Amino acid sequence: MTIFKTTRRAAAGLVAAAAATFATGAYAGSNGGMGIDLAGKTVEWVIPFSETGGSAKWANFYAPLLSEALPGQPTVVVKFMPGAGSTKGANWFQEQSYNDGTLIFGSSGSTQFPYLLGDPRVRYEYNDWNVVLASGTGGVAYLPPDLAGMMNGLDASALQGTDFIYGSQGATRLDLVPLLAWEMLGLSVEPVFGIKGRGDGRLMFERGEANIDYQTSSSYLKGVTPLVEAGTAVPMMSWGALDADGNIVRDPTFPDMPTFKEVCEATAGCETSGDQWEAWKAFFVAGFPAQKMVFLPAGAPAEAIETFSKAFDAVKARADFGEISKARLGVYPQMTGAEATGALGSATMVPDSAKAFVVDWLKERYGVSLDG
Amino acid sequence: MEFVTTALPALSDAAGLIFQPLVLGYLVLGVVMGLCIGVFPGLGGIAGLSLLLPFMFGMDPILGLALMIGMVAVVPTSDTFASVLMGIPGSSASQATVLDGFPMAKKGEAARALSAAFSSSLFGGLVGAAFLTLFILVARPIVLEFRTPELLMITIFGLSMVGILAGRVAIKGIVAAGLGMMVGVIGEGAFEGELRLIPASWVYADSGSIEFGIYQYLGDGLKLVIVGLGIFAIPEIVALLRQDRAISDRSPLGGGWMTGVRDWMANIWLSVRCSVIGVIVGVIPGLGGSVVDWIAYGHAVQTTPDKSKFGNGEIRGVIGPESSNNAKEGGGLVPTLLFGIPGSGSMAIFIGAIALLGSGNIEVGPSMLKNNLDITYSIVWMLALANVVGTLICIAASGGIARLTSVPFALLAPFLFMIISFAAFQSGQNLMDLVALFAIGFLGIMMRRFDWSRPAFLIGFVLSTPAENYANQAVQIAQSRFRKGLEDGLDYIFSPIVIVLIIITVISVVMGLRQAKQIMAEGAVDAGQKRAPMIFLLLVLAFLVAAQMNALAIPDYAWRDRVFPWFVSGVAIIGALILLVQMMLRDETHPLFADREVANTDNNVHGLWSTLGWFAGLLVLTSILGFILALAAFLFAFIRYRAGRSTLFAAGYTVAGILFMCVMAGLLNRDFPPGLLQSFVTLPWPLT
Repeated sequence: MTIFKTTRRAAAGLVAAAAATFATGAYAGSNGGMGIDLAGKTVEWVIPFSETGGSAKWANFYAPLLSEALPGQPTVVVKFMPGAGSTKGANWFQEQSYNDGTLIFGSSGSTQFPYLLGDPRVRYEYNDWNVVLASGTGGVAYLPPDLAGMMNGLDASALQGTDFIYGSQGATRLDLVPLLAWEMLGLSVEPVFGIKGRGDGRLMFERGEANIDYQTSSSYLKGVTPLVEAGTAVPMMSWGALDADGNIVRDPTFPDMPTFKEVCEATAGCETSGDQWEAWKAFFVAGFPAQKMVFLPAGAPAEAIETFSKAFDAVKARADFGEISKARLGVYPQMTGAEATGALGSATMVPDSAKAFVVDWLKERYGVSLDG
Repeated sequence: MEFVTTALPALSDAAGLIFQPLVLGYLVLGVVMGLCIGVFPGLGGIAGLSLLLPFMFGMDPILGLALMIGMVAVVPTSDTFASVLMGIPGSSASQATVLDGFPMAKKGEAARALSAAFSSSLFGGLVGAAFLTLFILVARPIVLEFRTPELLMITIFGLSMVGILAGRVAIKGIVAAGLGMMVGVIGEGAFEGELRLIPASWVYADSGSIEFGIYQYLGDGLKLVIVGLGIFAIPEIVALLRQDRAISDRSPLGGGWMTGVRDWMANIWLSVRCSVIGVIVGVIPGLGGSVVDWIAYGHAVQTTPDKSKFGNGEIRGVIGPESSNNAKEGGGLVPTLLFGIPGSGSMAIFIGAIALLGSGNIEVGPSMLKNNLDITYSIVWMLALANVVGTLICIAASGGIARLTSVPFALLAPFLFMIISFAAFQSGQNLMDLVALFAIGFLGIMMRRFDWSRPAFLIGFVLSTPAENYANQAVQIAQSRFRKGLEDGLDYIFSPIVIVLIIITVISVVMGLRQAKQIMAEGAVDAGQKRAPMIFLLLVLAFLVAAQMNALAIPDYAWRDRVFPWFVSGVAIIGALILLVQMMLRDETHPLFADREVANTDNNVHGLWSTLGWFAGLLVLTSILGFILALAAFLFAFIRYRAGRSTLFAAGYTVAGILFMCVMAGLLNRDFPPGLLQSFVTLPWPLT
């Protein structure tokens, strides 16, 4: 495993170096006509969440790097516009038109899900916007040691008789992915709604009130790893990551952890095919591998998109990027260019059958009505 | 064992956190701001903290804490200036100091009274910090056992105390807390996302419509910044502005600084006892600053053989209250830090501010004691340090600070309005912020006028969300436990801690109801007219009934979003109906009909509506011209016409004000509210 990781890192380094050469070369040309010059300007990066969330950390990580990489080294400031679970800020962004490249917008899985589910509050259209960066993440489910001990290897069927309690932010949010996954494994998980963030869910787990939980990768590394070391929590599975062909593989941040797919295959009654699986996969793909994206507003010209894409390329190509991003973002793909466009597509175009399945499931299981 | 393995390292970690030049700098900055806030009569810690709130976003937690603790700790030190020199309480915690401090000043012993007061304040503050340290040590193991039912029970305890102890008429306090909770539930329910007190059809309104705008603004609920500033700062400023106090009525300082310190030394045991009283009163949610000084004063009178000098300049009448009012800040932090239950209005703001500071990672209550013990202890250290620094500054700069008391408020008020408007706008960056601020401010003015407890309202507002969450989660988890077995469920709900808390709550409520008549939170307010207090009560009742109807309209599948507003508004409606019946039966001199306007309790020179009109003018102008242009017009007109200064002075004031605002916004990288004008013409910053 170690050897594999080292090799892969070396390969990534080579790619990065190549990209850097390419990016520098491109810049020489960019000043000569193509691309936009932002010297002396201030780029506003609007985040539709409060200063306290994961999106804020992500934007604050990128902002100074982006500032250095953009032609003319403009000031990049992060502005927060929280409200209505990010639909407020996204609705606002929808009404903005491209001016001079000084406005970008950062969306998250919480912006994607209401859009996918046809929430009436959504007045925005992803297809109008222009993606320049897509950042992925992952998630890990974990259990108390006594329950984890009941699992037979990857087979979770022994847990099917247990009453689980899970602190949830709401079934229509990202929590849809874990809730559906556990249901597929045959676990009877009762979500206790009304917590403000996943951190509160972890606290419920620590107090012994919840006995199953999940965290996104960075929160898992920070908040749950100490519990695992202390022996009060045991990882159950990760959601996995997507390979280039769109298959679910082990999460590179947690290569030793089985994925939900592996656990599902080993558990009787859980199918990795059919409507339910396709719906889960579609919403996992929408929520995690391209969770946070950067957009230019509708009507942005090609050279502006090009300029920002290349700036993010240059950020990724920094010699120290792997090191500084690992601690703050985890080991996840930071996609630009065609890759980002592809990620946007898979994140915002869920098959109608999957959408219909989830809408029905939400209504039947949680009484959530999303009809406009 | 616990002490050695956990507490000692945390204590030294905390010391390491604080003793850095930058942290100390912020602490001193907070102390200086707190001193200024305390000096101006009427402005207290709540208004000061509300003004700090918007700057907490994204600040390093320890720096923000230093700023806030510095301010909270020294307000009861510097409010002595106004009490002694002018005979007006500098804040609600130093009303009793006036009784003997002001006569001393009139006899030319102002310096002696002040130095005795500062020595007492310092001592009281240190006792408070020491007590807090001890209490955290002792209580931590118990607090860490707290789960949702325990947290729910302690929230209920806090709310019932706050409601009952809030003022002379206990039921009024309960209704005020209920009103605050109902304002707190406005917006999307945390459980099913049902809209509360907003018509559901507005979600489907057109993108650009006012309905959709209001929905988007209120959907997440009103922000603490708006409610804190509106309910506390605006009524205080408007009240002070209406009094328009003359400059000349201040006593000279005189000499005798060392005499005062010796006086304190001679009465050190009184100071010790009153500090302990202050700590205990501070710990009880709801009592807080407004009564602690009176209790200590009463104790000082009781324990002095020769009572004849009280009221004519007895030094023990200064030492008692001043020892207690600083000590209560340490006591007040106990329920705040341990349980997340604010015991007073300023602690309510403090809790909200920590939530902003910690980027969601720090939340006061058991989780902070568990995961951020170093931060918890650094609060204690800073509290002690701020008291020392505050006292030193007060003594060293007493001449200059004393002069501050004579700044005419008409010159200060427009500046404060400017900051408040800017601060409020930062919470949502929407013109609606200013409208909401004005609306809540108006409610605050009316609550102040009719002696409805504003701390109870604010605490109700802050606890609304946790109370609802704890209640719903406890029920949900209990249901699941009961499914496993009756015993399992009962064990969960009726843990020993919960039973003890229920007993404490019942005893306290009974005792509180008996004692409530003696509590005059904001001084005695005359009564004398039935109509106006009655109309206000009917309006409150109408809102509560509307909230009740709205809750009942929530469909069955979303019952989790319905139960809490239904229950709280129901209790508050019953309270309001009892008040209504009492109002019909009692005659108009009963405290029920407290109304500041009747006997002109505040010695007002200006009318309410004209004063409020100035502020409303700023809002209307902002909506047309944008903030900066409107502010320029407002500042100039106010100084020129209301304050009656020369045109040149007014112009200078305006330029200084606008410059200050632009520098602030530039540093914080914030925008100003745009108006109608900006939607037609593109203007350069800061006019955008």
